[in-house]
Amino acid sequence: MEELIHDFREALESLDQIKAKALFQQALRGHSPIEVVEQVVVPALEQIGLHWNEGSIALSQIYMSGRFCEELVEQVLPPSDPDRKHQPRQAIVVLNDYHMLGKRIIYSVMRSSGFELFNYGRMDVNELVERVITDKLRILLISVLMMPSALKIRELRNALDDRGIQLKILVGGAPFQFDPLLWQEVGADAMGLSAADAVAIVQRWAGEIT
Amino acid sequence: MNSMQRVLTTLSHKEPDRVPLFLLTALQGAKELDLSIEDYFSRADYVVEGQMRLLKKYRSDCLYPFFYVPLELEAWGGEVIFQLDCPPNTGAPIIYRPEEIDRLQPPRVTDAPCLTRVLDTIRQLKAKVGDSVPIIAVATSPFSLPVIQMGFDRYIELIYEQPDRLARLMRVNEEFCVEWSNAQLAAGATAICYFDPVSSVTVIPRELYLKTGQQVAKRTLARINGPTATHLASGRGLPIVDDIAATGTAVMGVSALEDLAELKAAAQGKLTLLGNLNGIEMRRWTAEQAEAEVKRAIAKAGRGGGFILSDNHGEIPWQVPDEVLLAIGDAVERWGRYPLDWIE
Repeated sequence: MEELIHDFREALESLDQIKAKALFQQALRGHSPIEVVEQVVVPALEQIGLHWNEGSIALSQIYMSGRFCEELVEQVLPPSDPDRKHQPRQAIVVLNDYHMLGKRIIYSVMRSSGFELFNYGRMDVNELVERVITDKLRILLISVLMMPSALKIRELRNALDDRGIQLKILVGGAPFQFDPLLWQEVGADAMGLSAADAVAIVQRWAGEIT
Repeated sequence: MNSMQRVLTTLSHKEPDRVPLFLLTALQGAKELDLSIEDYFSRADYVVEGQMRLLKKYRSDCLYPFFYVPLELEAWGGEVIFQLDCPPNTGAPIIYRPEEIDRLQPPRVTDAPCLTRVLDTIRQLKAKVGDSVPIIAVATSPFSLPVIQMGFDRYIELIYEQPDRLARLMRVNEEFCVEWSNAQLAAGATAICYFDPVSSVTVIPRELYLKTGQQVAKRTLARINGPTATHLASGRGLPIVDDIAATGTAVMGVSALEDLAELKAAAQGKLTLLGNLNGIEMRRWTAEQAEAEVKRAIAKAGRGGGFILSDNHGEIPWQVPDEVLLAIGDAVERWGRYPLDWIE
């Protein structure tokens, strides 16, 4: 299995979709779709995340590999699949700014890892508070590119506290890479440097919540 | 030495009287004039007054008539969204479907009031400072502009999946970038800061850069009638220092995520480094931390010239306190005087 993960990861990083698809199909011959997701796709994406954290692969590779994984997993594990159920209600959003790439990467990798989550697109604080309440969210993933947008997360946290809403907030994006203390300052519960971090953190929270 | 002499000396990889400081303040002019960011950038004379006040206050070695990133998109018909406490954002993309690239035409600089306002600003600044202070104008690289023209995700897909359309988009963007850069130089700018974050190894791998962003930069910079500084706007660039030097640029804006001493060793004699104070952390620095960070940067990259102290992104955030910016200027005066004998 280690060799398969290695080869699958290499195929994704080099954007060799034909090889990645063949390896994915090979894995499916011996395992169920959810097993392939958990034992091949997630570990490969974790390794890609590590390489991103080390600076040895680029954002474009992360994006394209995440998008391709999402397509592969979607075919064998559609949103209605029972293996995607029993997860805390969760969503992903771009807060305040208009840069969507980070959110798209995380959304793809979360879905490739078997998670189902609302995709809110871009929202302001007030709109987001209402959606959190309406959708009865337990976990919210927030992506930002600009530093002032990161600071808006504090406004969101205060507004949620005022309404007595308990919500786990996971944040990510460039400002958090440059200031490792920023996530605590804005009232988040955790910060992820990569999509793989996001998957690991949400998996841990899901275990605590459900 | 005046600022121009100081900067030219370091660009020739010699030691001037002290390390030059490019404190790239743009939005802060609105604070100086007690105007909203939107009002401030609505008139050239406001920006001229703001830049002159900032120059005196912070003792920077350049003027920076940069307005905001979406300015160029505005010229292409895009929307600018102003907020109270941050740089204006870009609105919706101007290219929704890749097919639209086939019919895309660049705007003419003289037809875009937002651009002529910048040219007017540069002309007025030049009249005030002559050749004593460098005026650093900004142009987004043809290779990075599509991030705001079409959205980052669709642009990455275009790079990998539609090379012919990418080539067509680059041709159109190169025409615009060259005209815009040369218009700013003709108005009195000393150099063009060529913002190219997509070329950084944070965004694309080196092998892809060599086939795309580097080729675009070589063609574009060759047609710009003045010196250029390539800025990766926080992106990493250590593995492509030589490749960037090969584009004909004189300066490289470098990231706080990379070691300045390693960058200096790689760029020695080939590129002047611009950086790399952490603009995000700067917001919560004390004056003492600011001094320590300035000292650290100078110790790593100051010797022998070829270094201009600056932030790592090309724009100081609105939220950075005045005391920190003043402390940076003080620290450069204290620790930046050549010879840098205090460095062990």
